[in-house]
Amino acid sequence: MKILLKDIAHGRSGDKGDAANIGLIAYDDKSFEIISKYVTTERVKKHFEGICKGDVERYELPNIRALNFLLHNTLGGGGTVSLKHDAQGKTLAAALLRMELNTEE
Amino acid sequence: MREKIRIASGQGFWGDLIDAPYQQVTAGNIDYLVMDYLAEVTMSILQKQKNKNSNLGYAKDIPPLMHRILPVCKEKNIKVITNGGGVSPLACAEAVMEIARDLNLEDLKIAVVSGDNILTRLDEIFDSGCDLNNMETGEPLQPLKDKVLSANVYFGAKPIVDALAAGADIVITGRTTDTGLTLAPMIHEFGWSMEDNDLTSAGTVAGHILECGGQASGGNLLANWEDVDNLAEIGFPIVEASPDGTFVVTKHEKLGGKVSYETVAEQLVYEIGNPKDYITPDCIADFTSIQLEDEGNNRVKVHGITGFEKTEFYKVSCSFEDGYSAVGSLTYSWPDALKKAKAADKILRKRMENLGLRFDEINTEYVGYNSCHGPLSKQIPEDDLNEVMLRIAVRGQNYKDIDRFGKELAPLILTGPPSVTGFAGGRPRPSDVVAYWPALIPKKLVEPELKILEL
Repeated sequence: MKILLKDIAHGRSGDKGDAANIGLIAYDDKSFEIISKYVTTERVKKHFEGICKGDVERYELPNIRALNFLLHNTLGGGGTVSLKHDAQGKTLAAALLRMELNTEE
Repeated sequence: MREKIRIASGQGFWGDLIDAPYQQVTAGNIDYLVMDYLAEVTMSILQKQKNKNSNLGYAKDIPPLMHRILPVCKEKNIKVITNGGGVSPLACAEAVMEIARDLNLEDLKIAVVSGDNILTRLDEIFDSGCDLNNMETGEPLQPLKDKVLSANVYFGAKPIVDALAAGADIVITGRTTDTGLTLAPMIHEFGWSMEDNDLTSAGTVAGHILECGGQASGGNLLANWEDVDNLAEIGFPIVEASPDGTFVVTKHEKLGGKVSYETVAEQLVYEIGNPKDYITPDCIADFTSIQLEDEGNNRVKVHGITGFEKTEFYKVSCSFEDGYSAVGSLTYSWPDALKKAKAADKILRKRMENLGLRFDEINTEYVGYNSCHGPLSKQIPEDDLNEVMLRIAVRGQNYKDIDRFGKELAPLILTGPPSVTGFAGGRPRPSDVVAYWPALIPKKLVEPELKILEL
C-alpha cells in the first residue's frame, strides 16, 4: 500500500548551526509503527539528496510517537552566513512529508 | 508553599507580537511573565549598539512595554523575568526604573543579572588554559580574537532564583538560557533543590515549551493548521506548574489559538538534537521521558520527566565578523517566466565575472518554483508558471565587490529579458556577515553577578 507521509504524520523543523533538525510526529500509534519501520536514516538521506550534503542522524521518541532527524551540512553554512531563502530549514519538515512509503516492501 | 504557579510566555524572540505580554498580564491570571529576546544574532547586534553608546545594548522594546504592563503587574503581583538585558542589563534596568518613577510607582525591586559577558576577559580566559575551542570544528578561538564581536556565557536558572529570593519584582538578565527563565520561578516557589535532576528537567522542558511563544499554542502548526481558531488574537502559552514537577500547558481562555497534544508535541521536537541529551546549565533533560495527556479545553498535562546531572561547563556563544553579503530579487511573468529568470541570472553572472568581482559564494533561487524544497519540489511544466521571483544572494570578504553586485541588479530591467518587475526596494545593500563560534567554558571560570535596584 502506498502512503503519503503527510497523511499519517506532522512535524516541525529548525536549525542547529549548519544542521537542520526535523521532528516527525505520527498522528497515532499505528502510524508510529509505520514511520519507525519505513522512515529510516538511509531513506531520509536519499529523500534529501541534493539538499542534505552531510550525514543524517535518527533518534526515537516513542513517548510522543516521534522521530527526530538531524541533517548535517544542509543550510548553506547556517545562521547569518547562509544565502538560502530558507536559511533556517523551516520548510524542511513539510519537505519530509512529501515522502511516499510503500508498506508492502 | 504555593500549590500551583502560572508562568506565561510573553515573547518568543525579539520582534515577536508587541501586544502579547500585555495580553498575558490582562486577559487572565498569571504569577510570572517570562520573555525571551535573545537569538544568537541579537547579541552581536546589541554589542555593536553598545560600542557606539554605552547606554544601549539591550532590547529597546522593553522600556515602552514596561510602561504599559508595570501598573498591571504591580496591582496583580505578577513578576517579570526577561533576558532582554542583552549586553547591557544594568542600563536596561535603569531605563525601566526611570519608567517606574514616571508612573509614580512605589516599592519596586529590579534585579540585574550580569557576568555573562566575557568579551573583555578573553585573554585572561586563554591564559587560564581554556582555549574556547569551537565545539564543531575543534579549532581554538585565539587566532580570530581581533574579529570577535561578542562573547557571552549562557547562565542557567541559578542567578534568577537568587534574584527572586532577594525579593525582585523584575529580573533583567544578560545571556541566560531561555529555559532558565521558566525553571527559576519553579525552583524559587517550590523550594526545589538545584541538584534534583528530575525536577530541574521538568522545569527545563516547561521552559522549552514556552520559549518560542505562540509556536506552542497554535502558531506554525503543521498538524491541521486550518483548524486553529482565531490566530489573529492568539493567546501565548502558559504553564501551570505543580510542586511535584508535573505541569499543564494552557492559554488564557478568551484569547485565540489552540493548545493540544499536537501543538505541544511539535514544539517539543523543535530544534532538538539527541532527545536523551538536552543539555542546559541546570541539568540534562531526557525528552524520551516526557508524557503528554490532552485533557481537552486547551489543556495538556505534561508529566513523567526525568533527567541527568548537569555538566561542569557553560556554553559560550561568540560571534565574529566574516565578510559581507547582499541579497536582491526581480520578478518575471508568463510567458517563459522561469526561462527568463534563468537567462537573467546567467547575464548577471557574466557581467560580474567580466568586472572581476570575487565572491565566496553566489546562490540563485527561483521563488515560486523550487526555493523551499529544491529537487523535492513537484515538477510543474515550466510554461504553466504565472510568475517566478529570481532571488540572488552573494557573500564575500570584499565590501566593494558586494556593493557592486547591488548596482548590477537593477540594470537587468532595461538590459535583460522582458516582462520583469519587483524592483521597488532600491539597490541591495551589503550587510555584515556575523558567524558563530560555539564553545564550552569550565563553570568555575565565570560567576554570575547580581545587583538590586530599588525604588
